[in-house]
Amino acid sequence: MEHTSLLERFLRGAALTLVVIFFMFPIVWIFMMSFQTNETILRIPPQLVFEPTLANYTALITGKLTTAAGTLDIAFMRNLWNSVFLSVTSVAVALLLGVPAAYAFARHKFRGSEDIAFTLLSFRFAPALLVLLPLTLYFQKLGLANTYIGLIWVYQLICLPLILWIVRGYFEDIPADIEYAYRIAGHSWFATFRKIALPLAGPGIAAAGLLAFIFAWNNFVFALVLASADKQPVTVGALAFITSSGIQYGQISAAIVLSITPTLALALYAQRYLVEGLSLGAVKG
Amino acid sequence: MASLELKNIVKRYKSQTVLDNLSLTVADGETLVLFGPSGAGKTVLLRLVAGVIDPDEGNILIGGEDMTDVDAEFRGVGMAFQNFALFPHMSAFDNIATPLEARHSSQSTIKAGVESVAKLLKIGHVLSHKPRALSNGQKQRTALARALVGAPPLLLLDDPLRNVDAKLRFEMRLELPRLLADRGATVVYVTQDYKEAMALGDRIAVMSQGVIKQLGTPEQIYREPANIEIARLFGDPTINLLDVKPSRDAKGVYVGLSNVQVHLPAAYETAVGRDCVIGLRPEALSFVDGGAPGAIPVTVEAETPLNEKIVTLVRTVRGREILVSRPAGTPGQTEGKAHIAVDSKSALLFDHASGERIGSKNVVSLRNGEAA
Repeated sequence: MEHTSLLERFLRGAALTLVVIFFMFPIVWIFMMSFQTNETILRIPPQLVFEPTLANYTALITGKLTTAAGTLDIAFMRNLWNSVFLSVTSVAVALLLGVPAAYAFARHKFRGSEDIAFTLLSFRFAPALLVLLPLTLYFQKLGLANTYIGLIWVYQLICLPLILWIVRGYFEDIPADIEYAYRIAGHSWFATFRKIALPLAGPGIAAAGLLAFIFAWNNFVFALVLASADKQPVTVGALAFITSSGIQYGQISAAIVLSITPTLALALYAQRYLVEGLSLGAVKG
Repeated sequence: MASLELKNIVKRYKSQTVLDNLSLTVADGETLVLFGPSGAGKTVLLRLVAGVIDPDEGNILIGGEDMTDVDAEFRGVGMAFQNFALFPHMSAFDNIATPLEARHSSQSTIKAGVESVAKLLKIGHVLSHKPRALSNGQKQRTALARALVGAPPLLLLDDPLRNVDAKLRFEMRLELPRLLADRGATVVYVTQDYKEAMALGDRIAVMSQGVIKQLGTPEQIYREPANIEIARLFGDPTINLLDVKPSRDAKGVYVGLSNVQVHLPAAYETAVGRDCVIGLRPEALSFVDGGAPGAIPVTVEAETPLNEKIVTLVRTVRGREILVSRPAGTPGQTEGKAHIAVDSKSALLFDHASGERIGSKNVVSLRNGEAA
């Protein structure tokens, strides 16, 4: 017994290690590359031992990219700020609009409610490239092209359906009796929404918000077409590292490390809300 | 204090009619039990009164005031739900305090109110717990406390003892009537348990398929059930039902049970020659000596103690099985051949085809006189 259980534990540990190495390897490698120069990165065979340099990070932060062909200005820090601003604002707007809408769809079956909800979901079906051309033309006519407002608006295509559909499910999982009980106790429907529905759907709202943030953060195509240099997020800004004198792997790696940090931090922070149970044993099943 | 009046309530879900032109009046201070199988529309009716769903037709009057279009929070009723419906993110104290908070009572009033009702329901020691840390019994008491705390003139209790264990249910069945009487509130109580209905109700409304089949005191429902279905639902052990065809002789109306003529009250005159079902409560049957008048020969099959009663299963010569009950501790036949006699005064006669009790239209006169 003891023997098999020990062997089992060993095998399990080994298997877990393999899985972790497999999934973490790219990130670890990128992290290591971000401390190397292009020359050491491109050595064949690749080596684990190298002399770390902070040159890549300095270049990103100062905005001066030194290549063999001369010095280039890059707007990485500006791009990073754009990413943060666009993602945070988009998710905030989507939460503000999406959560009450999700509640309405979950609790009030009105004429055409299913159709409206499905239409919103269908925004996610269409390939971005399909809507981009007409969108660009409209935006130019409306004066929304290359504005933060325009981008945040377009980002609602990504965030709003996601939040709406995830949060709606969480609202539907709250037993209606709990809300009825609060109403009967003498509270208005708005107080019920605020004091009962919102806290109970909290984990769901956090999950949906986080997911929407990641999707918004990772978006590339919308920003590529609709924004010019000073409004571009990191995803588009990273193109600048493909220079005439070659691809700057070191700086790209440093840029990746910097740009995944906010999402990672947010995910770690929101984790505790995600694992929290919803119903908390209020209602006997 | 408030009376409750429902006038011609109709409620449909899609094409299904859940409540069909239902009218009901509950007097001020009265406890009315809504009794019936699941799907009878009891819970829907309660929710209509509470105002969380709206009727398709009809009016709801509370204390004489038309509340049909008034939102739930302005109706001033208290309600306890079958599944407790506690707020999982609030402590028991905060749960109970919600009706008082809605009235913007002061902190000290809230504290005093919650603590007094918690003491009454013996949950004072768990007020700081979240619902998930409460036992089922404590959850149920918390839910009840929340319904009671605001001293609502109209209390709606939706099968509050459904999800608690048998022992607690028994305790609460004894405790609740006093508790409700002390509050002086008008109570509508939903249950599927006939004992609860009998113990708590000033009157019982038996519901089935969205209509009230019978409305009366527990005594009336038990002694004069409107149809076979109700007779079967009330009483434990269940009523014995035997197919009979009453006849008449010089002494009056009689039915043949195992070739023994059992004479019925004269009121059953109309049943002569019709296909009927006779309902005999197990306690209306008793063991007698073979020589006694009207003694029916039977064979004892099995004997089961049931709380304070002993229930004997006997088989008649025609092979029909009948339950006989007697108080525990009294002598009775335990095996072999025996004879039973029927207390024909308490025999109930139902029409075979419709299931309606014959003579049930005389309920009113019986209620007032109880002559024979």
